[in-house]
Amino acid sequence: MHPIRKKRLTIVLFLVVGVSVAVALTTYALRQNINLFYDPSQIAAGEAPVDVRIRAGGMVEEASVIRDPESLKVEFKVTDFSSSVLVEYTGILPDLFAEGQGVVAMGRMDGRGRFVADQVLAKHDETYMPPEVNDALEKAAENRARQAETSASY
Amino acid sequence: MYPELGQMALILALLLAALLSVVPLVGSVTGREQLQAFARPLTAGLFVFVALAFALLTHAFMTDDFSVAYVANNSNSLLPWYFKFSAVWGGHEGSLVLWILMLAGWALAVAVFSKQLPTVMVAQVLSVMGMVTVGFLLFTVLTSNPFDRILPNIPQDGADLNPLLQDFGLIIHPPMLYMGYVGFSVAFAFAIAALINGRLDAAWARWSRPWTTAAWAFLSLGIALGSWWAYYELGWGGWWFWDPVENASLLPWLSGTALIHSLAVTEKRGVFKSWTVLLAIVTFSLSLLGTFLVRSGVLTSVHSFASDPERGTFLLALLAITIVSSLALYAFRAPVVHSRARYAGLSREVFLLTNNVLLVASTLLVLVGTLYPLVLDYLDMGRLSIGEPFFNLTFSPLAVAAGLLMGAGIFSRWKNTDGGWLGRKLLWPLAISTVFTAAVMVVYGEFKPWAFAGTFSASWIVVATFWDIWEKSASRKGRVHGLRRQTRSYYGMVMGHLGMAIVMAGATIASNYGLERDVRMSPGDQAEIGGGYQAVFTEIGNRRGANFTAEYGRFEILDADGRLVSVQYPEKRQYLVQRSVMTEAGIDGGLFRDVFIAVGERVSDDAWAIRLQYKPLVRWLWLGSIFMAIGGFLAISDRRYRLKIKAEKPAKQSAVDGTDASRTPAGVTS
Repeated sequence: MHPIRKKRLTIVLFLVVGVSVAVALTTYALRQNINLFYDPSQIAAGEAPVDVRIRAGGMVEEASVIRDPESLKVEFKVTDFSSSVLVEYTGILPDLFAEGQGVVAMGRMDGRGRFVADQVLAKHDETYMPPEVNDALEKAAENRARQAETSASY
Repeated sequence: MYPELGQMALILALLLAALLSVVPLVGSVTGREQLQAFARPLTAGLFVFVALAFALLTHAFMTDDFSVAYVANNSNSLLPWYFKFSAVWGGHEGSLVLWILMLAGWALAVAVFSKQLPTVMVAQVLSVMGMVTVGFLLFTVLTSNPFDRILPNIPQDGADLNPLLQDFGLIIHPPMLYMGYVGFSVAFAFAIAALINGRLDAAWARWSRPWTTAAWAFLSLGIALGSWWAYYELGWGGWWFWDPVENASLLPWLSGTALIHSLAVTEKRGVFKSWTVLLAIVTFSLSLLGTFLVRSGVLTSVHSFASDPERGTFLLALLAITIVSSLALYAFRAPVVHSRARYAGLSREVFLLTNNVLLVASTLLVLVGTLYPLVLDYLDMGRLSIGEPFFNLTFSPLAVAAGLLMGAGIFSRWKNTDGGWLGRKLLWPLAISTVFTAAVMVVYGEFKPWAFAGTFSASWIVVATFWDIWEKSASRKGRVHGLRRQTRSYYGMVMGHLGMAIVMAGATIASNYGLERDVRMSPGDQAEIGGGYQAVFTEIGNRRGANFTAEYGRFEILDADGRLVSVQYPEKRQYLVQRSVMTEAGIDGGLFRDVFIAVGERVSDDAWAIRLQYKPLVRWLWLGSIFMAIGGFLAISDRRYRLKIKAEKPAKQSAVDGTDASRTPAGVTS
């Protein structure tokens, strides 16, 4: 083979190998690390998978925060005003965490309807609403409007 | 009246930029030198008016002119003067003005430091920069005017700067980052100019190189400052979150790193030309993409301000125009350039090519991880997020591979390297790094595969680099003479690579051996931090700052023998105007470890949630970045960039080659 062609072939092979390694790693890693978002209504309806890392979000229900007196364990309910889900978390809550605020939590469903969070995110200013939470609230409100008789569930 | 003057200055700057983007370019195409000669004065004029607009905006902040909407939204009369100053770029509009000021500044620098360049080149480069400036000035004037007034109901006082941004880190982080982002526009302009006139040669690479390196050095500092700020202000001790906004700044850094290496090959050997040009276009496009992501409101973070769909569309259009037109130009013009130089399978060219493949692969990886959720969301295919594990899992092997390559590559020669010779050279560095890494594992008390890989890679770079210095500095006139004989660009490379090794070591050790505990503590309690340190919570108190009240804890940090190491006062601040809460950590910093204490929420009447962290080598992350930046600036100060270019010499006798004692004949041997 012509030396220049041979060299080009090496370069092309290099690129192909590099790109395919990257693609393989990427797809493998992506498959393991995608965290889907579920709102409280979906979780209440049992749509969220058990023991898979997901994100959940909504408003922190008023008067639902209960602290464990001995440790940093805390429980609270997250609601979209149609359904609510119990969240359990151990650790420091963000500065802007408060009842009536929107939060997003990362964690797993434990199979008994509780969401065990390993991370709780509240955003940087109090007027801000996480877009997922906003969507979830709107969706829940629409559903309630549609089935007016069941709106008493909250 | 001053704000109106500011707006006039912006509009005048826009007109000058429009002239700059047309007149010299037309002159260069038609060959009329009078028109080309307009490039420098127009650039100077552009800079003057942008600087005037910036100065007037600063004046509005300093004099608390709350009739200006932007000032009213981002400042407050209680702010100390230095935060009033940094509030100029604390919001969307002002940060754009800063961006444009930098752009005009870079263009001015090109105009001033381009005496050795042909007039045609200067005209084209400055014209292209003019076009970029037109885009951003139009964006500012049409969608984000910083001088808009609130009349007649002028607010009594401003809404205050976001407390997160009231910090020394923020005074310098955005300007550094922007210097980097915008600096790549120079590399871009050089690439476009080269495509227009078909002059893609070693001389072009030499002109383009110092600008690219300077931008890269600023960007390195900017990213490091951002990480440092996140560490002590925002992140509860985390230093990198793979947050889309962080990724947006990392993307141009990765491709910019590829670019400075590929430019080296183009300058020294005259090959990879098309690739280099493509990288220059890609790097600047990624800078624009970063701006779009951060400024358009598609992302939500502390960096994205009040979002406005009109702005996002405008920025997206600007991005699309830049990418499409430059790639079209590339498609038409790039095939014209081809090279004759030859190199073998184990040459420095190939080492640098592999480096480029790794860097581009990691760029793509970060790009996919950042854009994938956004695209899915846009297509309404569900909301998801991609977690840190994705990036850690995929980025780490590439980083380790790049490190191994860096150590071996430093010994490689242009054209061809003898494999057996290279293998023998690498034996000692291999042995030393293995022993050293094993020792590190013993010191930290636990073997972890990734910790081993990262530490090995870092020490491999360091050993190989010093080995190379030692060999290169051998001289009959003594070691000192030998060291002096090396060029600044060689030392620049050494500093850059050592910096990278330091960052790798810091990242590896801090993430593998750092300890983090959240504990419940009451005054009088003692808790273990890790690394042999204890924290004693002695008291809690209140204090008042200029524009906040704070609840602080007093903590004594004791070492393993119970001796007092330091006293820290982490606090929780309540800012008065925005009623927002901020956590200020107490950090006992050191070269080999940080001890980090932050106060969380009050969990009962007398107990608080406290975060205790032991962070080994965490400062190395930022130290290494400083090394890299110094390396960049050293490389720019190399003599050869200041020499007038008279006759083009084949750039064979480069200083980076060093001695040519063992250089094998050129040719293809693979």
